[in-house]
Amino acid sequence: MDARGKLVALLAEFETPGALLDAARRVRESGYTRFDTHSPFPIHGMDEAMGLKRSPLGYFVGVMGTLGLLGALGLQGWISAIDYPLVISGKPLFSYQAFVPITFAITVLLSALGAFFGMLILNRLPRLYHPLFFSKQFCRVSDGGFFISVDSRDTQFDQTRTRELLASLGGISVEEVWE
Amino acid sequence: MSSDATRSAALLTEPPLIAGDPTFQSITYDVSRIVEGKPPRPWYPAFGLAVSLVMVLFGMIGYLFFEGTGIWGLNNPVGWGWAIVNFVFWVGIGHAGTLISAILFLLRQRWRTSINRFAEAMTIFAVICALMFPAIHVGRIWVIYWTFPLPNQMGMWPNFRSPLLWDTFAVGTYFTCSALFWYVGLIPDLATLRDRATQRLKKILYGVFALGWRGGNRQWRHYEVAYLVLAGVSTPLVLSVHSIVSTDFATSVLPGWHTTIFPPYFVAGAIFSGFAMVMTLSIIARKLYGLDHIITLKHLEKMNIIMLVTGSMVGYAYSMEFFMAWYSGNEYEQFAFINRAFGPYAWAYWIMISCNVLVPQMFWFKKLRTSIPVMFVASILINVGMWFERFVIVMTLHRDFLPSAWDYYSPTIYDIGIFASSFGLFSSLFLLFLRYLPMVAMSEVKGILPQADVHHGHTERAGGKV
Repeated sequence: MDARGKLVALLAEFETPGALLDAARRVRESGYTRFDTHSPFPIHGMDEAMGLKRSPLGYFVGVMGTLGLLGALGLQGWISAIDYPLVISGKPLFSYQAFVPITFAITVLLSALGAFFGMLILNRLPRLYHPLFFSKQFCRVSDGGFFISVDSRDTQFDQTRTRELLASLGGISVEEVWE
Repeated sequence: MSSDATRSAALLTEPPLIAGDPTFQSITYDVSRIVEGKPPRPWYPAFGLAVSLVMVLFGMIGYLFFEGTGIWGLNNPVGWGWAIVNFVFWVGIGHAGTLISAILFLLRQRWRTSINRFAEAMTIFAVICALMFPAIHVGRIWVIYWTFPLPNQMGMWPNFRSPLLWDTFAVGTYFTCSALFWYVGLIPDLATLRDRATQRLKKILYGVFALGWRGGNRQWRHYEVAYLVLAGVSTPLVLSVHSIVSTDFATSVLPGWHTTIFPPYFVAGAIFSGFAMVMTLSIIARKLYGLDHIITLKHLEKMNIIMLVTGSMVGYAYSMEFFMAWYSGNEYEQFAFINRAFGPYAWAYWIMISCNVLVPQMFWFKKLRTSIPVMFVASILINVGMWFERFVIVMTLHRDFLPSAWDYYSPTIYDIGIFASSFGLFSSLFLLFLRYLPMVAMSEVKGILPQADVHHGHTERAGGKV
């Protein structure tokens, strides 16, 4: 890329998941907040090392599941008892026992949809364009590479000092990512 | 602290789950090369045959829509013929995939990572085959939307007390959740294929479906919760879907059907048949694609043990049905079971008993449950037996309360043709999956390698404290 626009991030590779975990902790201890670690699989303990809180995804699931539960029970009850009352095998119009299977199924369905779309929303996906994809080495993340990217918008960010920090933590081939 | 230490000591001595000392890169290569290279030679004739069967299937279904369900062997006592047998058969097969992906995930059974992608794909394709049968059995396919609670100008709603409607929701939910679970698992692996792709079209297609995954920990933390939640909500589905399917039978007042044992008995049978199908498919795939070190003999042995357990549960249910018929003192119930074992369909009953109860008993012996030819034959016999189980149950209909109404159900060419060609539909989808998607969950397998542990080879450098 000749027409370099803006420096977006510094990217450094680490050899092992353990090295990445240590480096992430040090980067956080140096006061950085806008950085991310990239790995082919989730690394145990990385959330604590990066100082990330628990994912709020559970709330999405809880809300959607509750909506499913109330919606399915309400719809079945309203249809069977109010809008279209039919006596079937002498059962009461609001025979809630018979509504359990569908209520359960819809609760599960909406919880699953909540988990899926909630995950996409929290992760800002789909996002097909990202400056990190300009890096030649970044494609190794999905293979066996372990990286730290430090965002240039971080208040602590300084092109030379951040580069030195990453190198001192054992980062190999620290790369500048331009947009 | 000490319990932690003993636990990690036990973990350290556990033999590796993936054979041959792999690296992260070798896992990527071993799995991706299957999708990137040419398929093995038998793929082409297999796919040709499968697609031809799909053509047969479409032709026969077209004729069914034109002519009506009278082209099947349905008669007056047996109003539910092979269509429901095939529906229960296919939906049951799916259950092993969900058990592997959801329940074994929650139980931290890490060996599942080698077979879960594969088994989940099997679930989705089996449920597609299953959903087809009740849909084409309704007779007037053009009003199939009446099964959904859609407002309409007739002011009409479905009957929410009918187990057949419960089925629509249960199996529909099952399909959607399985597909979501599968797709979420695929996202990191699609990113791998995107990053490795050399052709532009492949890069675009895998790239679009990978949604721009960057493997960042800020993404993984939401991803892992989503995966856990999907596993959590799918877990009750393993038990609920086939329980609801069994209520199609159990909520009726027919002798032989109206029993409370049906839900657990159907669930055990579903898992049993599903593992048999996973076994058949994985034995073929690991041989053809050279994945013996990822899907090892140990994985196959564990599946055989599950088949032994669930097969014995099914055998217990068969004998308990007879006991309850005797103990109830109800002569109609007793007749239904004596007729099952010694009536006109005794041949089907004894095929069922031999394949489902006797065949898995050989897995008590280590030699037999670690022999690939033995388990391959057994897995096929078990699926034959499980089809006959559903056939035996549905054929209870053939002798109802009035002997003057008794009849014998014989399949027509359309019964046999549609069932046989549903295997074509299943195989076509499965072969396309093997061709274009990673059949082993790479990111999950990498996560269980010893070097994925942050403490691996790291203790002395960090002074033992990480």
